Amino acid sequence: MSQVTEYSEKVMDHFMNPRNMGEIEDPSGVGTVGNAKCGDIMRMYLDIDENQIVREAKFKTFGCGAAVATSSMATELVKGKSVREALEVTNKAVMEALDGLPPVKIHCSLLAEQAIHAALWDYATKNNISIEGLKPPVNDIDETEEFYKMTSEQA
Amino acid sequence: MNSKIYMDNAATTRVLPEVLEAMSPYFTEEFYNPASAYELSGMVAKKVSEARETIANAIGAKEKEIFFTAGGSESDNWALKGVAHALRAKGNHMITTKIEHHAILHTAEFLEKQGFQVTYLPVDDKGRVDLQELEAAIRPSTVLISVMFANNEIGTIEPIAEIGKIAHKHGIYFHTDAVQAFGHEKIDVNAMHIDLLSASAHKLNGPKGIGFLYIRTGTKIENLIHGGSQELGRRAGTTNAAGAVGFAKATELAVANMDSHNAYEKRLRDRLIDRVMAEIPYTRVNGDLENRLANNVSFCFRFVEGESLLIMLDKKGICASSGSACTSGSLDPSHVLLAIGLPHEIAHGSVRLTISSDTTEEDIDYAVETLKDVVGRLRSMSPLYEDFVKKQK
Repeated sequence: MSQVTEYSEKVMDHFMNPRNMGEIEDPSGVGTVGNAKCGDIMRMYLDIDENQIVREAKFKTFGCGAAVATSSMATELVKGKSVREALEVTNKAVMEALDGLPPVKIHCSLLAEQAIHAALWDYATKNNISIEGLKPPVNDIDETEEFYKMTSEQA
Repeated sequence: MNSKIYMDNAATTRVLPEVLEAMSPYFTEEFYNPASAYELSGMVAKKVSEARETIANAIGAKEKEIFFTAGGSESDNWALKGVAHALRAKGNHMITTKIEHHAILHTAEFLEKQGFQVTYLPVDDKGRVDLQELEAAIRPSTVLISVMFANNEIGTIEPIAEIGKIAHKHGIYFHTDAVQAFGHEKIDVNAMHIDLLSASAHKLNGPKGIGFLYIRTGTKIENLIHGGSQELGRRAGTTNAAGAVGFAKATELAVANMDSHNAYEKRLRDRLIDRVMAEIPYTRVNGDLENRLANNVSFCFRFVEGESLLIMLDKKGICASSGSACTSGSLDPSHVLLAIGLPHEIAHGSVRLTISSDTTEEDIDYAVETLKDVVGRLRSMSPLYEDFVKKQK
Protein backbone atom coordinates (compact mmCIF):
# COMPACT_ATOMS: atom_id res chain seq x y z
CA MET A 1 0.00 0.00 0.00
CA SER A 2 1.49 3.23 -1.10
CA GLN A 3 0.05 5.29 1.77
CA VAL A 4 2.13 3.51 4.33
CA THR A 5 5.31 5.19 3.23
CA GLU A 6 3.51 8.52 3.09
CA TYR A 7 2.51 8.49 6.74
CA SER A 8 4.41 10.82 9.05
CA GLU A 9 6.33 9.38 11.97
CA LYS A 10 3.66 10.75 14.30
CA VAL A 11 0.88 9.00 12.39
CA MET A 12 2.83 5.75 12.54
CA ASP A 13 3.48 6.24 16.25
CA HIS A 14 -0.20 6.85 17.02
CA PHE A 15 -1.16 3.89 14.87
CA MET A 16 1.31 1.45 16.38
CA ASN A 17 0.93 2.79 19.94
CA PRO A 18 -2.57 4.24 20.06
CA ARG A 19 -3.31 6.43 23.08
CA ASN A 20 -6.55 5.97 25.00
CA MET A 21 -7.73 2.95 23.05
CA GLY A 22 -10.58 1.17 24.75
CA GLU A 23 -14.00 1.72 26.28
CA ILE A 24 -15.37 3.75 29.15
CA GLU A 25 -18.09 2.09 31.17
CA ASP A 26 -21.13 4.31 31.60
CA PRO A 27 -19.59 7.18 29.65
CA SER A 28 -20.92 10.70 29.90
CA GLY A 29 -21.15 10.66 26.13
CA VAL A 30 -20.45 8.20 23.34
CA GLY A 31 -20.57 8.78 19.62
CA THR A 32 -20.06 6.51 16.65
CA VAL A 33 -19.47 7.89 13.19
CA GLY A 34 -18.45 6.55 9.81
CA ASN A 35 -19.55 3.74 7.65
CA ALA A 36 -18.28 0.18 7.43
CA LYS A 37 -18.95 0.25 3.72
CA CYS A 38 -16.31 2.93 3.28
CA GLY A 39 -13.99 1.15 5.64
CA ASP A 40 -13.93 3.54 8.61
CA ILE A 41 -15.91 3.55 11.84
CA MET A 42 -14.87 5.57 14.88
CA ARG A 43 -16.41 5.43 18.30
CA MET A 44 -15.48 7.95 20.95
CA TYR A 45 -16.26 7.71 24.66
CA LEU A 46 -16.05 10.75 26.92
CA ASP A 47 -16.06 10.96 30.69
CA ILE A 48 -17.05 14.51 31.60
CA ASP A 49 -17.07 15.85 35.16
CA GLU A 50 -19.57 18.17 36.81
CA ASN A 51 -17.57 21.22 35.70
CA GLN A 52 -17.95 20.11 32.09
CA ILE A 53 -14.29 19.15 31.82
CA VAL A 54 -13.38 16.06 29.77
CA ARG A 55 -11.78 13.84 32.39
CA GLU A 56 -11.15 10.94 30.12
CA ALA A 57 -11.52 10.11 26.44
CA LYS A 58 -11.28 6.68 24.83
CA PHE A 59 -11.82 5.35 21.35
CA LYS A 60 -12.36 2.28 19.25
CA THR A 61 -11.80 2.42 15.52
CA PHE A 62 -12.27 0.12 12.56
CA GLY A 63 -10.25 1.56 9.73
CA CYS A 64 -6.93 2.29 8.12
CA GLY A 65 -3.75 3.50 9.80
CA ALA A 66 -4.79 7.13 9.47
CA ALA A 67 -8.21 6.42 10.98
CA VAL A 68 -6.63 4.86 14.06
CA ALA A 69 -4.03 7.62 14.37
CA THR A 70 -6.55 10.46 14.05
CA SER A 71 -8.82 8.84 16.66
CA SER A 72 -5.89 8.43 19.00
CA MET A 73 -4.81 12.05 18.50
CA ALA A 74 -8.37 13.33 18.86
CA THR A 75 -8.70 11.71 22.28
CA GLU A 76 -5.40 13.28 23.32
CA LEU A 77 -6.55 16.70 22.17
CA VAL A 78 -9.89 16.69 24.01
CA LYS A 79 -8.61 15.30 27.30
CA GLY A 80 -8.57 17.92 30.04
CA LYS A 81 -10.49 20.42 27.93
CA SER A 82 -13.87 21.93 28.68
CA VAL A 83 -16.69 20.72 26.45
CA ARG A 84 -16.65 24.14 24.77
CA GLU A 85 -12.93 23.78 24.02
CA ALA A 86 -13.36 20.16 22.94
CA LEU A 87 -15.91 21.29 20.40
CA GLU A 88 -13.25 23.52 18.89
CA VAL A 89 -10.88 20.63 18.18
CA THR A 90 -11.13 20.63 14.41
CA ASN A 91 -9.99 18.13 11.85
CA LYS A 92 -7.24 20.60 10.96
CA ALA A 93 -5.99 20.60 14.53
CA VAL A 94 -5.93 16.80 14.53
CA MET A 95 -4.08 16.75 11.22
CA GLU A 96 -1.54 19.35 12.30
CA ALA A 97 -0.88 17.53 15.53
CA LEU A 98 -0.06 14.45 13.45
CA ASP A 99 2.29 16.39 11.13
CA GLY A 100 -0.15 16.02 8.27
CA LEU A 101 -1.91 13.22 6.42
CA PRO A 102 -1.67 11.96 2.83
CA PRO A 103 -4.38 13.70 0.74
CA VAL A 104 -6.50 10.55 0.33
CA LYS A 105 -6.66 10.23 4.11
CA ILE A 106 -7.89 13.70 5.02
CA HIS A 107 -11.43 12.36 5.44
CA CYS A 108 -10.15 10.37 8.44
CA SER A 109 -9.45 13.59 10.32
CA LEU A 110 -12.97 14.79 9.51
CA LEU A 111 -14.29 11.58 10.93
CA ALA A 112 -12.31 12.19 14.12
CA GLU A 113 -13.83 15.67 14.44
CA GLN A 114 -17.28 14.19 13.87
CA ALA A 115 -16.64 11.51 16.50
CA ILE A 116 -15.90 14.19 19.11
CA HIS A 117 -19.07 16.07 18.13
CA ALA A 118 -21.17 12.92 18.25
CA ALA A 119 -19.93 12.06 21.74
CA LEU A 120 -20.55 15.65 22.92
CA TRP A 121 -24.02 15.58 21.41
CA ASP A 122 -24.79 12.39 23.29
CA TYR A 123 -23.54 14.01 26.50
CA ALA A 124 -25.57 17.17 25.88
CA THR A 125 -28.73 15.21 25.08
CA LYS A 126 -28.42 12.94 28.11
CA ASN A 127 -27.90 15.89 30.45
CA ASN A 128 -30.29 18.24 28.76
CA ILE A 129 -27.53 20.79 28.21
CA SER A 130 -27.06 22.93 25.17
CA ILE A 131 -23.53 23.49 23.95
CA GLU A 132 -23.26 26.53 21.77
CA GLY A 133 -22.27 25.72 18.22
CA LEU A 134 -22.86 21.96 18.57
CA LYS A 135 -24.86 20.46 15.74
CA PRO A 136 -26.49 17.04 15.64
CA PRO A 137 -23.94 14.44 14.50
CA VAL A 138 -23.92 13.16 10.96
CA ASN A 139 -24.37 9.45 11.46
CA ASP A 140 -24.24 7.33 8.38
CA ILE A 141 -23.41 3.87 9.56
CA ASP A 142 -26.56 2.47 8.02
CA GLU A 143 -24.65 -0.47 6.63
CA THR A 144 -23.77 -1.86 10.01
CA GLU A 145 -27.10 -3.53 10.78
CA GLU A 146 -26.76 -5.54 7.63
CA PHE A 147 -23.17 -6.28 8.53
CA TYR A 148 -24.05 -7.68 11.96
CA LYS A 149 -26.87 -9.74 10.56
CA MET A 150 -24.69 -11.30 7.93
CA THR A 151 -21.78 -11.81 10.26
CA SER A 152 -23.82 -13.54 12.92
CA GLU A 153 -25.34 -15.79 10.29
CA GLN A 154 -21.98 -16.88 8.99
CA ALA A 155 -20.02 -16.98 12.23
CA MET B 1 18.08 -11.88 1.46
CA ASN B 2 17.13 -9.80 4.47
CA SER B 3 15.07 -10.88 7.45
CA LYS B 4 11.80 -9.82 5.84
CA ILE B 5 9.41 -12.58 4.89
CA TYR B 6 8.28 -11.86 1.37
CA MET B 7 4.75 -13.07 0.72
CA ASP B 8 3.83 -10.88 -2.23
CA ASN B 9 5.00 -12.99 -5.15
CA ALA B 10 1.87 -12.21 -7.16
CA ALA B 11 3.03 -8.58 -7.18
CA THR B 12 6.49 -9.43 -8.40
CA THR B 13 9.26 -11.98 -7.87
CA ARG B 14 12.97 -11.78 -7.41
CA VAL B 15 15.20 -12.27 -10.45
CA LEU B 16 17.02 -15.58 -10.14
CA PRO B 17 20.84 -15.42 -10.25
CA GLU B 18 20.89 -17.66 -13.35
CA VAL B 19 18.52 -15.25 -15.08
CA LEU B 20 20.61 -12.21 -14.21
CA GLU B 21 23.73 -14.01 -15.36
CA ALA B 22 22.16 -14.91 -18.69
CA MET B 23 21.06 -11.30 -19.23
CA SER B 24 24.22 -9.57 -18.16
CA PRO B 25 26.25 -9.81 -21.41
CA TYR B 26 23.43 -8.16 -23.38
CA PHE B 27 23.82 -4.96 -21.40
CA THR B 28 27.58 -4.78 -21.78
CA GLU B 29 29.71 -6.60 -24.38
CA GLU B 30 26.73 -7.81 -26.48
CA PHE B 31 24.83 -4.53 -26.35
CA TYR B 32 24.22 -4.38 -30.11
CA ASN B 33 20.88 -3.62 -31.66
CA PRO B 34 19.67 -6.92 -33.12
CA ALA B 35 18.09 -5.03 -36.03
CA SER B 36 21.44 -3.69 -37.28
CA ALA B 37 23.24 -5.08 -40.29
CA TYR B 38 26.60 -6.27 -38.95
CA GLU B 39 27.62 -9.65 -37.70
CA LEU B 40 27.77 -8.60 -34.04
CA SER B 41 24.13 -7.62 -34.04
CA GLY B 42 23.24 -10.79 -35.91
CA MET B 43 24.53 -12.76 -32.96
CA VAL B 44 22.20 -10.88 -30.67
CA ALA B 45 19.30 -11.38 -33.07
CA LYS B 46 20.00 -15.11 -33.05
CA LYS B 47 19.92 -15.17 -29.26
CA VAL B 48 16.59 -13.29 -29.21
CA SER B 49 15.14 -15.76 -31.67
CA GLU B 50 16.29 -18.66 -29.47
CA ALA B 51 14.63 -16.93 -26.51
CA ARG B 52 11.43 -16.65 -28.50
CA GLU B 53 11.58 -20.33 -29.31
CA THR B 54 12.07 -21.34 -25.67
CA ILE B 55 9.03 -19.29 -24.67
CA ALA B 56 6.95 -20.59 -27.58
CA ASN B 57 7.75 -24.18 -26.62
CA ALA B 58 6.50 -23.55 -23.10
CA ILE B 59 2.94 -23.04 -24.36
CA GLY B 60 2.96 -25.26 -27.46
CA ALA B 61 3.23 -22.29 -29.82
CA LYS B 62 5.48 -21.52 -32.77
CA GLU B 63 8.40 -19.11 -32.48
CA LYS B 64 6.78 -16.67 -34.91
CA GLU B 65 3.67 -16.44 -32.72
CA ILE B 66 5.49 -14.87 -29.75
CA PHE B 67 5.69 -11.05 -29.79
CA PHE B 68 7.71 -9.36 -27.08
CA THR B 69 6.12 -6.39 -25.33
CA ALA B 70 6.98 -4.23 -22.34
CA GLY B 71 4.89 -6.44 -20.05
CA GLY B 72 1.50 -7.80 -19.18
CA SER B 73 -0.39 -4.51 -19.33
CA GLU B 74 0.84 -3.75 -22.83
CA SER B 75 -0.03 -7.27 -23.97
CA ASP B 76 -3.55 -6.95 -22.58
CA ASN B 77 -4.00 -3.53 -24.17
CA TRP B 78 -2.77 -4.83 -27.49
CA ALA B 79 -5.00 -7.91 -27.50
CA LEU B 80 -8.20 -6.00 -26.79
CA LYS B 81 -7.60 -2.85 -28.79
CA GLY B 82 -5.88 -4.72 -31.62
CA VAL B 83 -8.70 -7.20 -32.17
CA ALA B 84 -11.44 -4.62 -31.60
CA HIS B 85 -10.02 -2.41 -34.31
CA ALA B 86 -9.10 -5.19 -36.73
CA LEU B 87 -12.57 -6.72 -36.58
CA ARG B 88 -14.61 -3.56 -36.31
CA ALA B 89 -16.37 -4.31 -39.60
CA LYS B 90 -17.33 -7.76 -38.35
CA GLY B 91 -18.67 -6.78 -34.95
CA ASN B 92 -18.26 -4.46 -32.02
CA HIS B 93 -18.93 -6.67 -29.02
CA MET B 94 -16.55 -8.42 -26.65
CA ILE B 95 -17.01 -10.53 -23.56
CA THR B 96 -14.82 -10.44 -20.48
CA THR B 97 -15.33 -10.86 -16.72
CA LYS B 98 -15.79 -8.67 -13.69
CA ILE B 99 -12.66 -10.02 -12.03
CA GLU B 100 -10.07 -9.21 -14.70
CA HIS B 101 -6.96 -7.19 -13.94
CA HIS B 102 -7.36 -3.46 -14.54
CA ALA B 103 -5.17 -3.79 -17.63
CA ILE B 104 -8.17 -5.57 -19.18
CA LEU B 105 -11.01 -3.75 -17.41
CA HIS B 106 -9.77 -0.24 -18.05
CA THR B 107 -8.92 -1.11 -21.66
CA ALA B 108 -12.44 -2.48 -22.12
CA GLU B 109 -13.90 0.69 -20.60
CA PHE B 110 -11.77 2.76 -22.96
CA LEU B 111 -13.13 0.77 -25.91
CA GLU B 112 -16.68 1.28 -24.64
CA LYS B 113 -16.10 5.03 -24.82
CA GLN B 114 -15.18 4.52 -28.45
CA GLY B 115 -18.45 2.79 -29.19
CA PHE B 116 -17.61 -0.85 -28.55
CA GLN B 117 -19.89 -2.97 -26.43
CA VAL B 118 -18.56 -5.07 -23.61
CA THR B 119 -20.22 -7.74 -21.49
CA TYR B 120 -18.63 -8.17 -18.06
CA LEU B 121 -19.54 -11.66 -16.94
CA PRO B 122 -20.24 -12.25 -13.26
CA VAL B 123 -18.45 -15.05 -11.43
CA ASP B 124 -19.60 -17.44 -8.72
CA ASP B 125 -18.63 -17.14 -5.06
CA LYS B 126 -15.35 -18.92 -5.80
CA GLY B 127 -14.52 -16.61 -8.69
CA ARG B 128 -15.28 -19.04 -11.52
CA VAL B 129 -16.97 -18.08 -14.76
CA ASP B 130 -20.16 -19.97 -15.60
CA LEU B 131 -19.80 -21.57 -19.04
CA GLN B 132 -23.51 -21.44 -19.83
CA GLU B 133 -23.64 -17.78 -18.96
CA LEU B 134 -20.62 -17.21 -21.14
CA GLU B 135 -22.20 -18.94 -24.11
CA ALA B 136 -25.47 -17.10 -23.56
CA ALA B 137 -23.63 -13.77 -23.70
CA ILE B 138 -22.37 -14.44 -27.22
CA ARG B 139 -23.97 -12.26 -29.89
CA PRO B 140 -23.60 -12.28 -33.67
CA SER B 141 -21.41 -9.18 -33.19
CA THR B 142 -19.07 -10.78 -30.63
CA VAL B 143 -15.48 -10.72 -31.86
CA LEU B 144 -13.48 -11.52 -28.74
CA ILE B 145 -13.74 -13.37 -25.46
CA SER B 146 -11.11 -12.43 -22.89
CA VAL B 147 -10.97 -14.38 -19.63
CA MET B 148 -7.99 -14.44 -17.32
CA PHE B 149 -6.20 -17.74 -16.81
CA ALA B 150 -5.89 -17.27 -13.06
CA ASN B 151 -6.97 -14.40 -10.86
CA ASN B 152 -4.26 -12.28 -9.29
CA GLU B 153 -6.10 -11.59 -6.05
CA ILE B 154 -7.86 -14.80 -5.10
CA GLY B 155 -5.86 -17.30 -7.19
CA THR B 156 -8.87 -18.91 -8.86
CA ILE B 157 -8.04 -20.74 -12.08
CA GLU B 158 -10.70 -20.40 -14.78
CA PRO B 159 -11.91 -23.27 -17.00
CA ILE B 160 -9.75 -22.03 -19.85
CA ALA B 161 -9.91 -25.02 -22.22
CA GLU B 162 -13.72 -25.11 -21.94
CA ILE B 163 -13.99 -21.38 -22.58
CA GLY B 164 -11.68 -21.70 -25.58
CA LYS B 165 -13.82 -24.50 -26.95
CA ILE B 166 -16.97 -22.40 -26.71
CA ALA B 167 -15.24 -19.42 -28.33
CA HIS B 168 -14.02 -21.51 -31.26
CA LYS B 169 -17.36 -23.25 -31.68
CA HIS B 170 -18.77 -19.78 -32.39
CA GLY B 171 -15.81 -18.62 -34.47
CA ILE B 172 -14.76 -16.04 -31.88
CA TYR B 173 -11.19 -15.24 -30.87
CA PHE B 174 -10.17 -16.22 -27.36
CA HIS B 175 -7.67 -14.16 -25.38
CA THR B 176 -6.43 -15.05 -21.93
CA ASP B 177 -4.49 -12.86 -19.53
CA ALA B 178 -2.08 -15.49 -18.22
CA VAL B 179 0.16 -13.11 -16.31
CA GLN B 180 -0.29 -15.04 -13.04
CA ALA B 181 -0.33 -18.45 -14.69
CA PHE B 182 2.49 -18.50 -17.25
CA GLY B 183 5.42 -20.40 -15.76
CA HIS B 184 3.21 -21.58 -12.90
CA GLU B 185 0.51 -23.64 -14.62
CA LYS B 186 0.70 -25.91 -17.66
CA ILE B 187 -0.53 -24.10 -20.73
CA ASP B 188 -1.12 -25.50 -24.19
CA VAL B 189 -2.54 -22.95 -26.59
CA ASN B 190 -3.78 -25.63 -28.98
CA ALA B 191 -5.42 -27.97 -26.49
CA MET B 192 -6.93 -24.93 -24.75
CA HIS B 193 -8.08 -23.20 -27.96
CA ILE B 194 -6.26 -19.98 -27.12
CA ASP B 195 -5.70 -17.40 -29.88
CA LEU B 196 -4.06 -14.68 -27.81
CA LEU B 197 -2.24 -14.91 -24.51
CA SER B 198 -0.57 -12.27 -22.33
CA ALA B 199 2.34 -12.97 -20.02
CA SER B 200 4.97 -11.06 -18.09
CA ALA B 201 8.51 -12.11 -17.10
CA HIS B 202 8.68 -10.64 -13.63
CA LYS B 203 5.99 -12.95 -12.27
CA LEU B 204 8.26 -15.97 -12.78
CA ASN B 205 11.61 -14.72 -11.49
CA GLY B 206 12.41 -12.90 -14.70
CA PRO B 207 13.12 -9.20 -15.19
CA LYS B 208 10.58 -6.39 -15.13
CA GLY B 209 9.88 -4.54 -18.37
CA ILE B 210 9.32 -7.47 -20.69
CA GLY B 211 6.31 -9.59 -21.51
CA PHE B 212 4.84 -11.15 -24.59
CA LEU B 213 1.62 -11.50 -26.49
CA TYR B 214 1.09 -14.85 -28.15
CA ILE B 215 -0.81 -14.37 -31.39
CA ARG B 216 -2.00 -17.50 -33.16
CA THR B 217 -1.01 -17.47 -36.82
CA GLY B 218 -3.78 -15.93 -38.92
CA THR B 219 -5.38 -13.97 -36.08
CA LYS B 220 -6.45 -10.54 -37.26
CA ILE B 221 -5.06 -7.86 -34.97
CA GLU B 222 -4.01 -4.25 -35.46
CA ASN B 223 -0.72 -2.98 -34.11
CA LEU B 224 -0.66 -1.06 -30.86
CA ILE B 225 2.85 0.42 -30.89
CA HIS B 226 3.64 1.97 -34.26
CA GLY B 227 7.13 2.73 -35.51
CA GLY B 228 9.94 0.42 -36.56
CA SER B 229 9.61 -3.04 -38.04
CA GLN B 230 10.64 -5.02 -34.99
CA GLU B 231 8.69 -8.12 -33.93
CA LEU B 232 7.86 -9.00 -37.55
CA GLY B 233 6.54 -5.49 -38.07
CA ARG B 234 3.91 -5.84 -35.39
CA ARG B 235 5.41 -4.13 -32.38
CA ALA B 236 7.79 -1.22 -32.81
CA GLY B 237 10.63 -0.43 -30.42
CA THR B 238 14.23 -1.53 -30.16
CA THR B 239 14.29 -5.15 -29.10
CA ASN B 240 14.90 -5.67 -25.41
CA ALA B 241 17.48 -8.38 -26.02
CA ALA B 242 18.64 -8.68 -22.40
CA GLY B 243 15.01 -8.86 -21.30
CA ALA B 244 14.16 -11.51 -23.88
CA VAL B 245 17.14 -13.64 -22.88
CA GLY B 246 16.26 -13.26 -19.20
CA PHE B 247 12.61 -14.06 -19.86
CA ALA B 248 13.62 -17.22 -21.74
CA LYS B 249 15.94 -18.32 -18.94
CA ALA B 250 13.23 -17.71 -16.35
CA THR B 251 10.75 -19.65 -18.49
CA GLU B 252 13.15 -22.57 -18.92
CA LEU B 253 13.66 -22.80 -15.14
CA ALA B 254 9.98 -22.30 -14.33
CA VAL B 255 8.93 -25.06 -16.71
CA ALA B 256 11.62 -27.45 -15.49
CA ASN B 257 10.68 -26.90 -11.83
CA MET B 258 6.95 -26.40 -12.23
CA ASP B 259 5.79 -29.71 -10.78
CA SER B 260 8.14 -29.76 -7.82
CA HIS B 261 7.60 -26.10 -6.98
CA ASN B 262 3.84 -26.38 -7.24
CA ALA B 263 3.75 -29.46 -5.02
CA TYR B 264 5.93 -27.70 -2.44
CA GLU B 265 4.00 -24.42 -2.55
CA LYS B 266 0.64 -26.22 -2.35
CA ARG B 267 1.71 -27.97 0.82
CA LEU B 268 2.75 -24.69 2.44
CA ARG B 269 -0.27 -22.84 1.07
CA ASP B 270 -2.64 -25.40 2.56
CA ARG B 271 -0.80 -25.35 5.86
CA LEU B 272 -1.26 -21.59 6.01
CA ILE B 273 -4.94 -21.80 5.07
CA ASP B 274 -5.71 -24.70 7.42
CA ARG B 275 -3.95 -23.20 10.42
CA VAL B 276 -5.47 -19.73 10.00
CA MET B 277 -8.96 -21.09 9.46
CA ALA B 278 -8.62 -23.29 12.55
CA GLU B 279 -6.97 -20.71 14.79
CA ILE B 280 -8.49 -17.35 13.86
CA PRO B 281 -12.29 -17.16 14.17
CA TYR B 282 -14.52 -15.10 11.86
CA THR B 283 -12.19 -15.59 8.92
CA ARG B 284 -12.97 -16.63 5.39
CA VAL B 285 -10.67 -17.88 2.71
CA ASN B 286 -11.40 -16.31 -0.66
CA GLY B 287 -11.37 -18.14 -3.96
CA ASP B 288 -11.58 -21.75 -5.03
CA LEU B 289 -9.75 -24.29 -2.87
CA GLU B 290 -9.46 -26.77 -5.76
CA ASN B 291 -8.89 -24.69 -8.87
CA ARG B 292 -6.29 -22.45 -7.30
CA LEU B 293 -2.78 -21.19 -7.99
CA ALA B 294 -0.28 -23.05 -5.82
CA ASN B 295 1.09 -19.85 -4.32
CA ASN B 296 -2.07 -17.90 -3.51
CA VAL B 297 -3.68 -17.40 -0.13
CA SER B 298 -6.42 -14.81 0.33
CA PHE B 299 -8.28 -14.18 3.56
CA CYS B 300 -10.90 -11.80 4.87
CA PHE B 301 -10.70 -11.17 8.59
CA ARG B 302 -13.98 -9.74 9.84
CA PHE B 303 -14.09 -6.58 11.95
CA VAL B 304 -10.64 -5.44 10.79
CA GLU B 305 -9.47 -3.29 7.94
CA GLY B 306 -6.89 -4.38 5.39
CA GLU B 307 -4.51 -1.45 5.40
CA SER B 308 -4.12 -1.52 9.19
CA LEU B 309 -3.45 -5.22 8.91
CA LEU B 310 -0.82 -4.71 6.22
CA ILE B 311 1.06 -2.03 8.15
CA MET B 312 1.15 -4.19 11.25
CA LEU B 313 2.31 -7.21 9.24
CA ASP B 314 4.98 -5.04 7.64
CA LYS B 315 6.17 -3.88 11.06
CA LYS B 316 6.53 -7.54 11.99
CA GLY B 317 8.54 -8.28 8.86
CA ILE B 318 5.86 -9.75 6.60
CA CYS B 319 5.36 -8.26 3.13
CA ALA B 320 1.81 -8.93 2.02
CA SER B 321 -0.86 -7.13 0.08
CA SER B 322 -4.51 -6.32 0.36
CA GLY B 323 -6.36 -7.19 -2.81
CA SER B 324 -4.47 -5.87 -5.78
CA ALA B 325 -1.58 -3.52 -5.10
CA CYS B 326 -2.84 -1.44 -8.02
CA THR B 327 -5.96 -0.52 -6.06
CA SER B 328 -4.06 0.79 -3.07
CA GLY B 329 -4.57 4.41 -4.08
CA SER B 330 -8.30 3.92 -4.05
CA LEU B 331 -10.59 3.72 -1.06
CA ASP B 332 -12.90 1.17 -2.60
CA PRO B 333 -12.38 -2.44 -1.73
CA SER B 334 -11.21 -4.80 -4.43
CA HIS B 335 -13.54 -5.30 -7.41
CA VAL B 336 -12.69 -9.00 -7.32
CA LEU B 337 -13.87 -9.47 -3.74
CA LEU B 338 -17.06 -7.56 -4.53
CA ALA B 339 -17.59 -9.72 -7.62
CA ILE B 340 -17.46 -12.93 -5.57
CA GLY B 341 -20.29 -11.48 -3.50
CA LEU B 342 -18.57 -10.10 -0.43
CA PRO B 343 -20.14 -7.01 1.12
CA HIS B 344 -17.91 -3.93 1.25
CA GLU B 345 -17.25 -4.18 4.97
CA ILE B 346 -15.97 -7.75 4.71
CA ALA B 347 -13.96 -7.01 1.58
CA HIS B 348 -12.17 -4.20 3.43
CA GLY B 349 -10.59 -6.79 5.72
CA SER B 350 -8.76 -8.71 3.05
CA VAL B 351 -5.15 -9.77 2.92
CA ARG B 352 -3.34 -11.63 0.16
CA LEU B 353 -0.26 -13.72 0.89
CA THR B 354 1.48 -15.14 -2.17
CA ILE B 355 4.31 -17.53 -1.42
CA SER B 356 7.13 -18.97 -3.52
CA SER B 357 9.53 -21.90 -3.49
CA ASP B 358 11.74 -19.72 -1.23
CA THR B 359 9.06 -19.71 1.48
CA THR B 360 9.77 -22.10 4.35
CA GLU B 361 7.53 -23.90 6.80
CA GLU B 362 8.95 -21.64 9.53
CA ASP B 363 7.84 -18.62 7.50
CA ILE B 364 4.33 -20.05 7.31
CA ASP B 365 4.16 -20.68 11.04
CA TYR B 366 5.53 -17.23 11.78
CA ALA B 367 2.89 -15.75 9.47
CA VAL B 368 0.13 -17.65 11.29
CA GLU B 369 1.32 -16.51 14.71
CA THR B 370 1.72 -12.94 13.50
CA LEU B 371 -1.73 -12.89 11.92
CA LYS B 372 -3.26 -14.21 15.14
CA ASP B 373 -1.55 -11.48 17.10
CA VAL B 374 -2.27 -8.64 14.68
CA VAL B 375 -5.87 -9.61 13.93
CA GLY B 376 -6.50 -10.00 17.65
CA ARG B 377 -5.03 -6.58 18.31
CA LEU B 378 -7.04 -4.89 15.61
CA ARG B 379 -10.22 -6.60 16.77
CA SER B 380 -9.63 -5.34 20.29
CA MET B 381 -9.60 -1.85 18.75
CA SER B 382 -12.64 -2.40 16.55
CA PRO B 383 -16.05 -0.98 17.48
CA LEU B 384 -17.57 -3.53 15.10
CA TYR B 385 -16.06 -6.38 17.07
CA GLU B 386 -17.14 -4.79 20.35
CA ASP B 387 -20.75 -4.62 19.15
CA PHE B 388 -20.57 -8.13 17.76
CA VAL B 389 -19.32 -9.55 21.06
CA LYS B 390 -21.99 -7.65 23.01
CA LYS B 391 -24.70 -8.94 20.69
CA GLN B 392 -23.52 -12.53 21.17
CA LYS B 393 -23.99 -12.28 24.93
